[in-house]
Amino acid sequence: MLKLEARPQASRLWTYASPVLALVLTVVLGVILFIALGKDPVRALQMFFWEPIKSGYALGELMVKATPLLLIALGLAVCFRSNVWNIGAEGQFVIGAVCAGGVAMLAGKDTGRWVVLAIVAAGVLGGMLWSGLTALLRDRFNASEILVSLMLVYVADMVLSYLVYGPWKDPAGYNFPQTKTFEAVTQIPRLMSGSRVSVGLLMALAAAGALWVFLFRTRAGFAQQVGGLAPDAARYAGFSSRKALWVALLTSGGAAGLAGALEVAGPIGQLTPYVPAGYGFAAIIVAFVGRLHPAGMVLSAVLMSMFYIGGELAQSRLGLPKSITGVFQGLLLFCLLACDTLVAYRLRWVSSQSSAKEGKV
Amino acid sequence: MESYALLVAATLNAGTVLALAALGLLINEKAGVLNLGAEGMMLCAAIAGFAAVIHTGNDWIGFAAGMGAGALLAAIFGGLVIWLGTNQYATGLALSLFGVGFSAFAGIGYVQEKLPERASHAIPWLTDIPLLGPAFFRQHPLVYVTIALVLGLIWFLYKSRPGLVLRSVGESPESAHALGYPVRRIRLLAVVVGGALCGLSGAYISVVYTPLWVEGMVAGKGWIALALTTFATWRPARVLLGAYLFGGVTMLQFHLQGAGVDMPSQLLTALPYVATIVVLALISRNPTWIRINMPASLGKPFHPGS
Repeated sequence: MLKLEARPQASRLWTYASPVLALVLTVVLGVILFIALGKDPVRALQMFFWEPIKSGYALGELMVKATPLLLIALGLAVCFRSNVWNIGAEGQFVIGAVCAGGVAMLAGKDTGRWVVLAIVAAGVLGGMLWSGLTALLRDRFNASEILVSLMLVYVADMVLSYLVYGPWKDPAGYNFPQTKTFEAVTQIPRLMSGSRVSVGLLMALAAAGALWVFLFRTRAGFAQQVGGLAPDAARYAGFSSRKALWVALLTSGGAAGLAGALEVAGPIGQLTPYVPAGYGFAAIIVAFVGRLHPAGMVLSAVLMSMFYIGGELAQSRLGLPKSITGVFQGLLLFCLLACDTLVAYRLRWVSSQSSAKEGKV
Repeated sequence: MESYALLVAATLNAGTVLALAALGLLINEKAGVLNLGAEGMMLCAAIAGFAAVIHTGNDWIGFAAGMGAGALLAAIFGGLVIWLGTNQYATGLALSLFGVGFSAFAGIGYVQEKLPERASHAIPWLTDIPLLGPAFFRQHPLVYVTIALVLGLIWFLYKSRPGLVLRSVGESPESAHALGYPVRRIRLLAVVVGGALCGLSGAYISVVYTPLWVEGMVAGKGWIALALTTFATWRPARVLLGAYLFGGVTMLQFHLQGAGVDMPSQLLTALPYVATIVVLALISRNPTWIRINMPASLGKPFHPGS
């Protein structure tokens, strides 16, 4: 029989190989699913892994979706590394978008370009406010940050819904639940013409670099993570767990809020009930698949973006429901967690006699 | 007065959804396993149950299908966290994310479907009692089954030997292991039973509570059920009480809307979520109180012989 045997040390090889194996497993399961649905698996895989990279424009779209995923995941990595389970990034994204949208609505024909800075700042502050609520309740009331942050996602959706159905509804919008289209001056600057990629991408990449420096090259970053790895050691060293909690939640809230601002003042251009696109949840998977490492998360954000674009193409060209994206995202995380067993354990084939001798449990 | 009787009836109905799931999670947690995948299991069970009823016309087959779906997903979760030692938070989260995606995917063909007209469940004689009849005796049988389940669970956990073993596995898996109990198998069993109950709750939602299929229709009830086990400090009777309380909060929004109270509907919809946060904060305020009542090994992996 197969037996799991603890490795003396975590395997470095499997730390990197596990996400790759998980992706392979997900693709295999995907092929089985496509065949079961009577779709040509080769064509379906093309939608996910070839179409999104085959042209300059497609690559641009890939980056447009990867940007918010990466930003949110970077913030979540700070949380997960310090053992703070913020799973409500979706809500922080929405409130960031709402605050940014509120500023963008104020802009008129003769507003200066500076308004973009105000929009971005509003988004960051909005996200921080929302995650700060979770931090406050955890810090002062000991309430589980998992449940509080998640409940706040539903509340954030209701805030958005109230505004676009109520006071912020465009009076000239034929009663559609949406705000007016923002003035062109509010648009996040794009990197080049002919593509929707904005400076947001550069901000996300810079954030990845900054996170690397913070985590691996500063004392504060070290203190931040010790609490997650060894709470007793952190206490002994005098690192404050309360500070780690606030830093983690405010960073991730700010990052998610920034992503929200970049979305509404970028590709979307107005507030609608469809602002929440699940990026906050998908980013959890991005963070884990990227090993909570900035470089890894850049790759996994691109991968997750492929899943989104592939899902949309599979809908329009193969007649498959778009929600197939969610199935693959969930499968990928499942496979990753299972494959991660190989980091700490090795599989050994043990004959049944010898395992009986050892005393089977 | 009649409308208050109906409010009570609706509260019991809504509370049953939460109670079934929370009781399942309670069994998990008593064995030391925290399953954050409740929402995903409930969604998959909701579509499984709904589809089964569409194809067979029988509610009870629907419930069985829901329980099966919940138990299957829970078994996968249990295999991962108990045998492969994966992180319980991350794995539960994976289950929830997968469940949201998979149920939306599987349910795409059922969005427009309608369930057949069903018989009323009024209990003869009792249903004619003024006020009490409409409030208590026109419920779906599962409402009464849930109450019986609570009583059964109290007996099982606190009066029976297997219940004692289950609790010892959650409190001190090392001791239970030393006494020769198969800790991991007991945990897996608890997880599967818990998943089946979450599944029953999910199927109840799509078959009875709001008899239709909409993407994401569980709408956070799995997470509220998770919070309920904490509110109830892991006691079955308090779980039921808490579930009815939250059922009442959920129903209050419809009642207020019906009564023409001038409030944005979104504020009312957000009410159960806000209430969950507030109650969670109030209950958790006293860390000692939580520590005394929480199963000591909750969320911690157990490897025999380490």
